[in-house]
Amino acid sequence: MSDAAMEPGQGGSAPLPASYDMSEVGDWIALLKPRVMSLVVFSGLVGMLVAPGVGAMHPVLAATAILCIAVAAGAAGAINMWYDRDIDAVMRRTSKRPIPAGRIAPASALAFGIWLSVASVTVMWMATNIAAAFVLALSIAFYVFVYTMWLKRRTPQNIVIGGAAGAFPPLIGWAAVTGDVTLVPIILFAIIFFWTPPHFWSLALWAHDDYARAGVPMLPVTAGARETRRQIVIYAVLLAPIGLLPWLVGFSGPAYAVVAAVLGAMFVRHAVAVLRDRQDDTGRSLTRDAPARACFRFSLYYLFVLFAALAVDHLVFGA
Amino acid sequence: MTPDERALFEKRRRGRNIAIGLVLVSLAILFYFIGMARLLRG
Repeated sequence: MSDAAMEPGQGGSAPLPASYDMSEVGDWIALLKPRVMSLVVFSGLVGMLVAPGVGAMHPVLAATAILCIAVAAGAAGAINMWYDRDIDAVMRRTSKRPIPAGRIAPASALAFGIWLSVASVTVMWMATNIAAAFVLALSIAFYVFVYTMWLKRRTPQNIVIGGAAGAFPPLIGWAAVTGDVTLVPIILFAIIFFWTPPHFWSLALWAHDDYARAGVPMLPVTAGARETRRQIVIYAVLLAPIGLLPWLVGFSGPAYAVVAAVLGAMFVRHAVAVLRDRQDDTGRSLTRDAPARACFRFSLYYLFVLFAALAVDHLVFGA
Repeated sequence: MTPDERALFEKRRRGRNIAIGLVLVSLAILFYFIGMARLLRG
């Protein structure tokens, strides 16, 4: 029987399509928030690289642990997109995501997120140890239940407490190597925890209208832009000495301390520039939030360079 | 469903099946290497 003799939809077994369309795969990948994933993977990798005994870890198991951290972050992101599909639809920045755009059904996204969550934790346990799998499961649960479902729509402190969800990867990376969690990974956790508010509020300053439209109580919406600028400075000032903690506890050498001090001072300078931005009576920027955009960009470099310096200091200089 | 819609649907389904197949094969390879790595390291 010739395939060409049959027309689709006219009964009998349908012919095999001549080609395939992989465009849908891109939408599933977009559910995993790949841009957020890159920073998560990097901080998890650094947590792993600076852990004692990493040299004895089989490279396949180390690579699998990083893969699990990436997939778990993506899974949590997919569940977050399922839960937040109503507010994503009204925010300009997120309205083209696969669920609000109607390209993926909400229930499918939820199933995808749950399946990947279970798979990532299970594979992490198989490849490394139960401590790493437990912290990985905790990070997913914290992001989904504490940040997304509880805090995000209720309090302007949402990203202060919820920021902890993004601070877990170094703990997971460290635990994957050592099987425990000690002071150093907790310091790395603290660095990301105190870095998150000034990073996110810099973005929220210029995305203020989006959050207001969606009814998300981000600090610029509830307390105003002026208070947000003040809080950015407070957290940047707190972050500077916390960035030095690995050196203060004797884990890193002077090379790291110099990098951390310079980066901390630069972050404070960017935060002060946000505070001093030309504003109207309500604190809204008259410069299209140029200092806030610069502060946001710098915050990304800050975390990348600081963690890279920690890893280099530890691996190259043997601090 | 028109013939064009059906053709598009089948193209997408085929793409999805290929993606799922690749993921499953990757998982099988991953499990093999995890098993070997754990065995080799005791």
